[in-house]
Amino acid sequence: MNKPVYEFDGKVSEQFPDGSGHFGIYGGSFIAETLMDPVRELQEAYQRYRLDNEFIAEFEWELKNFVGRPNPLYHAKRWSEEHGGAQVYLKREDLNHTGAHKINNTVGQSLLARRMGKKRIIAETGAGQHGVATATVCARWGMECIVYMGAEDIQRQAPNVFRMKLLGAKVVPVTSGSRTLKDALNEAMRDWVGNVDDTFYIIGTAAGPHPYPTMVRDFNSVIGKEIKAQSVEHTGRLPDAVIACVGGGSNAIGAFHPFLDDEEVALYGIEAGGHGIETGKHAAPLTAGKPGVLHGNRTYLMEDNAGQIIETHSVSAGLDYPGVGPEHSWLKDIGRVQYDAATDDEALEATHKLCRLEGIIPALESSHALAYAIKLAPTMRTDQNIVVNLSGRGDKDINTLATLEGLTL
Amino acid sequence: MTNTSQRRLARCFEKAQQSGSDRSKMIVPYITAGDPDTDTTLALMNTLVDAGADIIELGIPFSDPMADGPVVQAACERALAGGTTLNDVLDVVAAFRKINDHTPIVLMGYMNPVETMGYEAFAQKASASGVDGLLTVDLPPEEAADLVAQVDAVGIDSIFLLSPTSPDDRIKAVCEYASGYIYYVSLKGVTGAANLDTVEVSKKVAHIKSITDIPVAVGFGIRDAESAAAVASAADAIVVGSALVSIVEHHANDAATMHEKLRSLVGSMRAAVDKIAS
Repeated sequence: MNKPVYEFDGKVSEQFPDGSGHFGIYGGSFIAETLMDPVRELQEAYQRYRLDNEFIAEFEWELKNFVGRPNPLYHAKRWSEEHGGAQVYLKREDLNHTGAHKINNTVGQSLLARRMGKKRIIAETGAGQHGVATATVCARWGMECIVYMGAEDIQRQAPNVFRMKLLGAKVVPVTSGSRTLKDALNEAMRDWVGNVDDTFYIIGTAAGPHPYPTMVRDFNSVIGKEIKAQSVEHTGRLPDAVIACVGGGSNAIGAFHPFLDDEEVALYGIEAGGHGIETGKHAAPLTAGKPGVLHGNRTYLMEDNAGQIIETHSVSAGLDYPGVGPEHSWLKDIGRVQYDAATDDEALEATHKLCRLEGIIPALESSHALAYAIKLAPTMRTDQNIVVNLSGRGDKDINTLATLEGLTL
Repeated sequence: MTNTSQRRLARCFEKAQQSGSDRSKMIVPYITAGDPDTDTTLALMNTLVDAGADIIELGIPFSDPMADGPVVQAACERALAGGTTLNDVLDVVAAFRKINDHTPIVLMGYMNPVETMGYEAFAQKASASGVDGLLTVDLPPEEAADLVAQVDAVGIDSIFLLSPTSPDDRIKAVCEYASGYIYYVSLKGVTGAANLDTVEVSKKVAHIKSITDIPVAVGFGIRDAESAAAVASAADAIVVGSALVSIVEHHANDAATMHEKLRSLVGSMRAAVDKIAS
């Protein structure tokens, strides 16, 4: 492939969301009045530039020359032999600049921010991957960058905190609530409401008020577009299944969206099962939550009987979020995507297997998708193909992995 | 809309606007329900009325209060630590109604607890408890049709926010759904912020009042008698929240001091605002 595959799809993406950002009953704009006008300004800018040839060309140039796209679709042969059944291919988002798919979106949103004349960028981050990807594009464009991060996550993800600082970003610890990703998002919203004139909020996942879920999906759809073309190149046809992990769901929606109209391709979104769904200690709103309103959109949430958001658990900080992008909620309800969960233990087992069988250290988030492939592949024929979206690399997780083995690095 | 003239909020503003009224400007204190427990909240509501409150805004605690500053966030956390639910908040209102049938109560909070209870169930119970208005911070008019219809059917007003960033078409859209009063957010920021510009506020409020007849309350950043008086000259009502919640936070262990300080702050605002009005 010579050219990064990127074009805005004219079919499904035109059906949903509707004009005000709804995917069925999900999505929308549930935000305070002060943010309504800035959000409308953003909607108008995005609506204009998503169809602008110059914008698209610049986005593609950045993806190719700064991010390093297209990244490979890699046939994991030893992994496939080990587990039997379908052949497993890995979409190597881990090989992107900064080590995860998150950069696809921050490149796109930062280009939009530049066109809107916004000089101050804010972001929330959980594991730190989106924070690093935001700090990276801000350094590239010479923009001020403030990243909100839960105090708990700052402890867990020290290397990424330092990476952000090296890149010139200011990392602000968030000490309210559960001191994790959801609270960082709250704090970024509070910053935005106080600085609406000069500030662009780069949300890292496919959630938030309209147009964020659509915009983040579109910027990440390069993943699914490349999978499509590369699958045809490798196997002569589309894959039989695509698996991706789902926290907020940005890598998954990017991988799935170009396949929504291809009914022969089964799609699987894998949430964080934590200690097990039955224990209640997990981060799987699609698997075990119910619809509600949080962070600007209606979607499946982890909440108690009184509508309070409850704390989540996952070994992977990037999946440790009580909500999920609204399009996933809709895709669950219409049955186009099957959602399931993998536990911490299953994800850790998959991590170690990929290290030893393929020489690739996966992010703990991506390992949830790998864990599901271990279950799914043996139920399929050897001439069938599964693509697992390897959304990020695991270098950031080595402290977590070492601690689990009782080691201090 | 059903006939709103029989509703407490409408009666309250109508009375204020009659000539010769000794209270032409409304004072609207906010406290978070259940902070630190619901018995305290009920006692504080009575103190607020004694000190000169015309309407009470009662916060529904929420785990993720995105539009609130640190003071109200902490109040939500204290209330939730005590297990306060939306049902408990409605019970507090019902208990207050046994001793006070005239002071309007407006619930202020976020969508999710109301979504979880269900719009119809909420409307029924809120009406039975004696709630007069509902302000859900994260519900703009674009998403509000269903909830507004449900609560309006049981005589509860829907209070909406307007802000310094609201252009005229949004002001008109909000006025389509709003009843009771409109809550003008005086600054670009969260509750309890410090960057209040009273000259700008007066201009914007005058502009809103040129578009609608619905009374306009102003809140966010009003913390003392001086700022209350400055804002009240342009508005029909002033809302004070974080300054009161802060007193609750610091003196919850000493009920006498807490009540005295609240009484003193609201009382000083009452005096300053009435002076402006006369």
